[in-house]
Amino acid sequence: MASKTDLRRFPGFLTVTIVCLVVLYAPLIVVAVYSFNASTSITKWGGTSLAWYVDVFTGPEAPKFQQAAINSLVIAITAAIAATIIATLASVAMTRAGRFRGKTLSFALISLPLMVPEVVTAVASLVFFTAIGFTSGLTTILIAHIVFCIPFAYLPISARMQSIPDLYEQAAMDLYATPREAFKLVLLPLMTPGILSGFLLAFIISLDDFLITNFVKGAGVETLPTAIFGSVKQGIKPNIMAISTLMLIVSVIFVSLSWLIGRTGQDKNQKT
Amino acid sequence: MTSAEIAVDIENVVKRYGSFTALHGVSLSICENEFFTLLGPSGCGKTTLLRSIAGFEEVSSGTIRLKGEDITGLPPHKRPVNTVFQQYALFPHMTVTDNVMFGMLRSGWSKTDAAQRANQVLEMVQLGGFAARKPAQLSGGQQQRVALARALAPRPAVLLLDEPLSALDLKLRQAVRVELKSLQRETGIAFIFVTHDQEEALTMSDRIAVMSNGEVQQIGAPPDIYESPVNRFVADFIGETNLLDVDVHSVSDGMATLSLPGGHGFTCPAAAMRGAGKGHLSVRPERIALCAEGAGDLDATVTGRVYLGTDIQLHVRLADDEAMTVRLQNSETTIVPEEGSAVGLKLEVGAARLLAD
Repeated sequence: MASKTDLRRFPGFLTVTIVCLVVLYAPLIVVAVYSFNASTSITKWGGTSLAWYVDVFTGPEAPKFQQAAINSLVIAITAAIAATIIATLASVAMTRAGRFRGKTLSFALISLPLMVPEVVTAVASLVFFTAIGFTSGLTTILIAHIVFCIPFAYLPISARMQSIPDLYEQAAMDLYATPREAFKLVLLPLMTPGILSGFLLAFIISLDDFLITNFVKGAGVETLPTAIFGSVKQGIKPNIMAISTLMLIVSVIFVSLSWLIGRTGQDKNQKT
Repeated sequence: MTSAEIAVDIENVVKRYGSFTALHGVSLSICENEFFTLLGPSGCGKTTLLRSIAGFEEVSSGTIRLKGEDITGLPPHKRPVNTVFQQYALFPHMTVTDNVMFGMLRSGWSKTDAAQRANQVLEMVQLGGFAARKPAQLSGGQQQRVALARALAPRPAVLLLDEPLSALDLKLRQAVRVELKSLQRETGIAFIFVTHDQEEALTMSDRIAVMSNGEVQQIGAPPDIYESPVNRFVADFIGETNLLDVDVHSVSDGMATLSLPGGHGFTCPAAAMRGAGKGHLSVRPERIALCAEGAGDLDATVTGRVYLGTDIQLHVRLADDEAMTVRLQNSETTIVPEEGSAVGLKLEVGAARLLAD
């Protein structure tokens, strides 16, 4: 049996794997390595240095990037919180309300943003905001981010929710808890790993978004990805590589956290 | 039974799920301080009835009264009854103490009173040292006790138990049976126990309601149910029995005269039979004695012997090919006939039960 499932038996397995890994990760490694380059060239190695990291925080472009980073964080945190709350309520309704009219439609609507090409959403959002005469830069970005973060927050939360039998709420209500208390004292704590996981995922998706942000942002309002893009248009400098590497590290930390929280939640559930 | 002694009164309860009827007008009364068992195969409606008492199912019609008060329309959290769930449903994120205190804190106990009562109940189920543990750190048997403690702690008017022993292994199950019974005596409240295990029902209950197809077939004390089943279902479901097709010739003074397969005449209490006709005679395997061929009520050939430890089970076949089982006690004086030998079977008159077709 073991030999049947041994991946190495598939012809070309090793080659395909190496090609995929190189294509996926070589650019990231190049960027990360060259962010420590002492030279101003992005192709020639001039020795190891932290100069470009210093430049990010103190250089001529520092105020611009600082403001962009603050905007990104504010939007990501706010959007992730809002999307998580909405996704939590949605997953409770989808798994606890039994069968209701339009359940399938609701599910389709929740997951639609995952399927629709992002550029379509971006154009549609821009058209919508223009049509209602709403052009305040940060708020438009925030609203758009909340909307596209909902399905990403919904996925881990509803996965968690589906693994919680309604027996626990029944037991709570049998023990004199009102439906509200049963939700607050029993269901919510059990959902917490899924909720945290969903929050982190939404946060990282929002932090990372360029396309929709670029369409709906007002004049002069930048987030980190749009600021980077703006800067790159005037030629790539190694300070961009330093910023990208910092963002990569933040992303990896958050995604790992999300995964770890999801895993411990599952372990606990399997034990009981 | 005066109404003051009745803990739960169920009157004509009907439960429909779409076109399926789970309960066909069930009526029964459970007394204070009674260990009452709802017994039946899966799908008989016993769990639906229990969940209707707890408030998890809305009944389609009928009335459920708790100590004389109509609770039919109340939501679960307003009914002073607690449930021990089949899968225990302990809150995994809370300690044992927090689990036990949950019900008390929701129903207006003070924190100190609740903590004191939690200690007391945990001592009662012999889990005094486990208060700070999480449910995942307990064995199945311990979790079951916590579930019991949690349900008993707020002093419910009635305790509902939904097959709470089915997840335990056999040895533990037998020990917990005895404990459950003494716990019920100690607390003095009515227990309503749901099970499909007839042995569990017979050993613990004061009274048993045997259910099938959403109807109560018979209510009675364990000996009544076992020795005087009212119909074929009850006779067959509770314990082992032999059901013989018989012709009833006449009924008079409560005694029926009938002929057994093979032509021998037999007289026994008429029970539900009112006149001549086809009937079924239920005879428990342990209520049949062996004798010489021709000397008993039936003649049979031994087709197999099964050694069961305390008993020896004898499979026999009558002349008309009907199979029967006989149980012989395993003792030195018991003579076990060889396979293929012809034997006579003597039925105990008082133990044979005549059932209508």
